[in-house]
Amino acid sequence: MDSRRAPRTVIDPKVRQVGFVTPGAPPARSHSVPTDACSSPPRAPDFTLPSNSLSPVMIPPARHASADGIPVLTRASAPVPVPSTTPNPPSPLRRDGVQIPIGSYNPSESLGTSPMRSPSSRMDGLEFSEDMSMVSSSRLARSSSAKAAAASFPGTNTEMMAAGKVVGNVVPAKSSLTTASVVKTLPGLSDKGDGSLAEVHGEAAGIAKPLKQKTSKADRRALQEAQRAAKAAAREAGGGKPSGGTVPSNAAKGEFGKPSQKKDAASVSGANVVPEKKVADRPPEKERKKDVPHPRMQFDDQHRVEKAKKRAVVNQSEARNRVELFRHLPQYVHGTQLPDLESKFFQLDHIHPSVYKVGLQYLSGNITGGNARCIAMLLAFREAIKDYSTPPEKALVRDLTAKIGNYVSFLIECRPLSISMGNAIKFLKSRIAKLPHTLSESEAKFTLQSDIDRFINEKILLAEKVIVRHAVEKIRNGDVLLTYGWSSVVEMLLLYAHESSKQFRVVVVDSRPKLEGKALLHRLLSKGLNCTYTHINAVSYIMHEVTRVFLGASSVLSNGTVYSRVGTACVAMVAHAFHVPILICCEAYKFHERVQLDSICSNELGDPDVISVVPGRKDLDHLDNWAENENLQLLNLTYDATPSDYVSVIVTDYGLIPPTSVPVIVREYRREQLWM
Amino acid sequence: MDFQVVVLAGGASKNLTPLVSEEIPKALLPVANRPVLSYVLELLESSNLKDLIVVVEGSDAALRVGGWISGAYVDRLHVEVAAVPEDIGTAGALRAVAHHLTASDILVVSGDLVTDVPPGVVAATHRRHGAVVTALLCDTPISGISETGSKDKAKKLGRYNIVGLDPTRQFLLLIASGAEVEKDTRVQKSILGAVGQMEIRADLMDAHMYALKRSVLQEVLDQKDSFHSIRQDVLPYLVRSQLRSEVAKIEEGWNTTITSKTNLIWLSQHREIAPSAFHNGHELDANGSLSAQSTHKCCAYIAGKNKYCARLNSIQAFIDINRDVVGEASHLSGYSFSAQNNVVHPSAELGSKTTVGPQCMLAEGSKLGDKCSVKRSVIGRHCRIGSNVKIVNSVVMNHVTIEDGCLVQGSIICSNVHLQERCVLKDCQVGAGYVVTSGSEHKSESLAKR
Repeated sequence: MDSRRAPRTVIDPKVRQVGFVTPGAPPARSHSVPTDACSSPPRAPDFTLPSNSLSPVMIPPARHASADGIPVLTRASAPVPVPSTTPNPPSPLRRDGVQIPIGSYNPSESLGTSPMRSPSSRMDGLEFSEDMSMVSSSRLARSSSAKAAAASFPGTNTEMMAAGKVVGNVVPAKSSLTTASVVKTLPGLSDKGDGSLAEVHGEAAGIAKPLKQKTSKADRRALQEAQRAAKAAAREAGGGKPSGGTVPSNAAKGEFGKPSQKKDAASVSGANVVPEKKVADRPPEKERKKDVPHPRMQFDDQHRVEKAKKRAVVNQSEARNRVELFRHLPQYVHGTQLPDLESKFFQLDHIHPSVYKVGLQYLSGNITGGNARCIAMLLAFREAIKDYSTPPEKALVRDLTAKIGNYVSFLIECRPLSISMGNAIKFLKSRIAKLPHTLSESEAKFTLQSDIDRFINEKILLAEKVIVRHAVEKIRNGDVLLTYGWSSVVEMLLLYAHESSKQFRVVVVDSRPKLEGKALLHRLLSKGLNCTYTHINAVSYIMHEVTRVFLGASSVLSNGTVYSRVGTACVAMVAHAFHVPILICCEAYKFHERVQLDSICSNELGDPDVISVVPGRKDLDHLDNWAENENLQLLNLTYDATPSDYVSVIVTDYGLIPPTSVPVIVREYRREQLWM
Repeated sequence: MDFQVVVLAGGASKNLTPLVSEEIPKALLPVANRPVLSYVLELLESSNLKDLIVVVEGSDAALRVGGWISGAYVDRLHVEVAAVPEDIGTAGALRAVAHHLTASDILVVSGDLVTDVPPGVVAATHRRHGAVVTALLCDTPISGISETGSKDKAKKLGRYNIVGLDPTRQFLLLIASGAEVEKDTRVQKSILGAVGQMEIRADLMDAHMYALKRSVLQEVLDQKDSFHSIRQDVLPYLVRSQLRSEVAKIEEGWNTTITSKTNLIWLSQHREIAPSAFHNGHELDANGSLSAQSTHKCCAYIAGKNKYCARLNSIQAFIDINRDVVGEASHLSGYSFSAQNNVVHPSAELGSKTTVGPQCMLAEGSKLGDKCSVKRSVIGRHCRIGSNVKIVNSVVMNHVTIEDGCLVQGSIICSNVHLQERCVLKDCQVGAGYVVTSGSEHKSESLAKR
């Protein structure tokens, strides 16, 4: 195992575990700085460096304040062997290796050396690893002595190991057989160490990018694995601290030692505080990048729109008279996309048929409604996962994630995702990413499929039932309930309340152009509910007699804003003015941490033609050729944002909460929601 | 996309008697000097459908078709040619290849279809609605000669099909072939009641491009032995029985999987199980998921007006298609037209004072003598045409010899025909190898060798 893993760790110089930089370390380094940085000759050819660079590599990381003094000790011991291996003055040479990155960020050199090296370094790594294991085995024998020697420091495994190695390398004569190999491979090792040094510095100097590009795929992969291994090792080491240098933790040690060495090399070389600072700085930066939500596509950004168009599968010819305020949203000519996409049916082989089907259904409006869209999407993904097989030489985790990403972008082209769908996708992706590596492909697929089923069952279907149970308690006999549009949860609620023989009347408020309320009305009437149907124009009149308002939502944002079908805000406002309590029914998986104050920045535009036509009124067709008229823009918004002030309570699967508590749910249950 | 394509290339059709022969099965009849089958194959190829099964009636015909395909489409398409006995009908032909079908949906295309409607639209519509069958409907082609001058031959619309559609024009509620409809047609009350409103149209033609669900198709073919043709038996059966579907149940059972049922329930709970024609105002839930399971959907895709779509199933259609492919639907022919709007192969020789008008095609190696006139006609390869010959609105196939002074109008001259001097042919079909004696006059006749 050692021999297999070690090379990866060797190659991973660029992977600088920030975690290793312990608070105690800086002083230690600062200690070492003056001794190291005493001379700065120009960089010598790498190959002369080998042995000297060894020494920085050797130096164990200073972990504790208590170890503070000891590293110095070891360091003191480290230079000792150097003279024995190389006759020339060691310290200056080493220092120059050290120096280059510090003072003069010498990109060309670090650039030039590292790519060239990478193959060889791998070889070296292999060799190295072999003898590493040898060393370790020999060290095992020796480690006791080393430990005995180093018993004074209460260091961690790494320290131990490093120390042990120092001993092993430094005093080759001590061990009989293994030492020979160690000596032989020493140059390679040191070479490697040096290369890694350069690379490390390259990165520290912020030239990491070109480097990254040049590394081969295998390298990158090795790197990643090394990183992972290092992490695991770190964890193990953290746990196994007291056990010390026991045999089982050896492998971990091997890996752990390497990066730490590198780090150390970096830190040693990074005599100044600057690179160190970078060490501290970088990762947060990365994290920050991760934290920042992916910027939404702004459709008024010409450049990016062009780019996106090139990628697009769906024909996206832009609408002519685009509404100025909403230029950042996609405004396409409706009616051109579907035929175009349909005619491409057989060309789009990379999209799974079921995903394609769902995309078509989104585009043609056959599937609408947050829950239905989400379920349809998840079912399509489940089909796709069922039929998925990992291509050769690819990892399921990564390839499947990329595939799902493709599908998602296709679906986005068909219709912008709702927030609930975004959450579901996040869930699925995290599930994929968290698949244990030990799972076989079929097991992994099965796991994912059952995860999807579970999500649908628990987060959507069960949640609806729970919401209904919660909300029905708020319906009293003699109530007049108002609802707007057609929310599936509200419909279930009304039907359930009717079944539990509550006496109430329903006012269904509807609006053009979708007239979804009619469908709800139809279904309520067929179950024998007592209904009133009206359009939103009359809402202020009808509100007098209403005692409760039940509304559905597409999403609830963390400032309590309810993002829902356009018109909801209006109804809520009127109800608020009439002091009618407003209950929003929304499953918790639709919650989102975003904060939105208006319905402009994120919305969806519907087909403007639908609002220009009045069915059954031929005499009102003034807007027939509205696209020709440059002074006219039609705005058909799909969603709006209801401020939290209007909302009395939000009924979720976690119970009835005030809108101010949404962030709590998002924060506390998000983990559970996404990772279950 | 999990689709398999079956091209029904037919055999020696009776409708085209003098034209088709043992040497030239229907699939190889030249349209603008290309076999008619090539139009379908290239349409499919352009849609990235390269794995085809071509079913030919008669083993001789199959050999010829297969030979031609392997010559013309080597390295381009993966075609399997299946020979079936003659007169078993389209349903029979499908039955014969049914065991080769494995994909979840089958696209059945008639080999005599000349169209530019991408098959993807039919397939996508089929998928979108989860239909059992989706048929491509196109406008009834305008037959007859659309000569600008002649008013007497008014454009007549042939009645091909009676089609009933729902108000959204997505679902097929009734289909009857026009020939069968003499005075009355029956509309099922249950369907009409379920849908509320039906639009019946006579100006649509079934283009014989169907997307079918394989499980259903195989079930129907197995159960109903008497079904002979897809168009006349299978499609009307499926349309008729869509409310009390037996196949849907079968299919449900076949797909087994409790999951698919639960999916259905999940989705139907959320109402949007793709609208079927039958919940006028979303009636579906009233009788619950039960009705969802015992109905199936038959869909239609109606090709736009700007698409060309025609079937070569009669002699008139043959002339029309030849004319259109060289004329208004010239993008189908694959040739680039000259400034004079005609195609004259460089190796063709024209005598002095010979004119080749627009919308004409003259293939390689043909020779025309002096003072000839060719209008709106297609002339095949290596034809020898003497002087003073007039060819109008006609199709002349390969290796035809036409001697001096002949007049050919509105006729089809098959390969190797010899027209001796000064014969006059109007609206005639001359079978392959026939010799028309000199000076004879024929009008509206079908001439063939016995």
